[in-house]
Amino acid sequence: MVLLRWTDPFERTALSELNRLQEEMNMLFDRFFGRRSLLSGAGVFPAVNVAEDDDNLYITAEMPGIDPSDIDLTVEEDSVVIKGERKLEEEGDDISYHRREREGGSFSRTITLPTRIVADKATAKVKDGVLTLTLPKAEEAKPKKIEIKVG
Amino acid sequence: MDSKQLQAKDKQELQTKSETTQTRPVFVPAVDIYENNDALVLLADMPGVSNDGVEIHLEDNELTIRGRVSEEASGLSPIYTEYRSGDYYRSFTLSNVIDQDKIEASMKNGVLKVVLPKAEAAKPRKIQVKAA
Repeated sequence: MVLLRWTDPFERTALSELNRLQEEMNMLFDRFFGRRSLLSGAGVFPAVNVAEDDDNLYITAEMPGIDPSDIDLTVEEDSVVIKGERKLEEEGDDISYHRREREGGSFSRTITLPTRIVADKATAKVKDGVLTLTLPKAEEAKPKKIEIKVG
Repeated sequence: MDSKQLQAKDKQELQTKSETTQTRPVFVPAVDIYENNDALVLLADMPGVSNDGVEIHLEDNELTIRGRVSEEASGLSPIYTEYRSGDYYRSFTLSNVIDQDKIEASMKNGVLKVVLPKAEAAKPRKIQVKAA
């Protein structure tokens, strides 16, 4: 014989309604306290993304219109400083602006790294206005596989 | 020298009624538009877009710029994310008469520069007042 749990149809709709409400509340909280809003709330240029694989940490930042020679990077074991200046081209006197949304100015940002890295082996490149930093993880920070011995 | 501190700004997502076929987000790039005697110049911040990824379209005085970011190799696990990458789209209605054959565009460090030369008829000219 197959045993089935008896469900009251009314109870079921009430429950799913409750679930939906809970999901909506979660979404609301995520929007206020989510990690995204926490970080971008810092408001410091440039906004960065940090990612990892087994061997490296990768930091990317969108820095359009900044010449690579105007970016100054300092890498330590547990932090990275991105400094520089965004210079907007001088366009001469004889012009009038229709729109001016782009901004120039100096910036300096410190990023604390989640793991230790080998600072000497860090590399950086800029392509199409996107800075990518590749930071090799320190040996002790790399994930390790543990063999299971058959006893 | 500009010594103002730069602020990080959230990218503005494009609001349209029609949906795109791709699930990638589409952003509105920040632009500068200025005019001199000979041309209208547009600068747009489109980080991640290469030379090949830009499309510029001018039809009936409507200028459309579109930038596609090159696909990135994934396989990385994100630790934290402050910005999203996606394509760029923006269109403008031009009031000046543009010489459509002479439009030039270039990408440098993720900034698109479009030079739209004015047609001869639209260039400013001084009008001499003749003595009667």
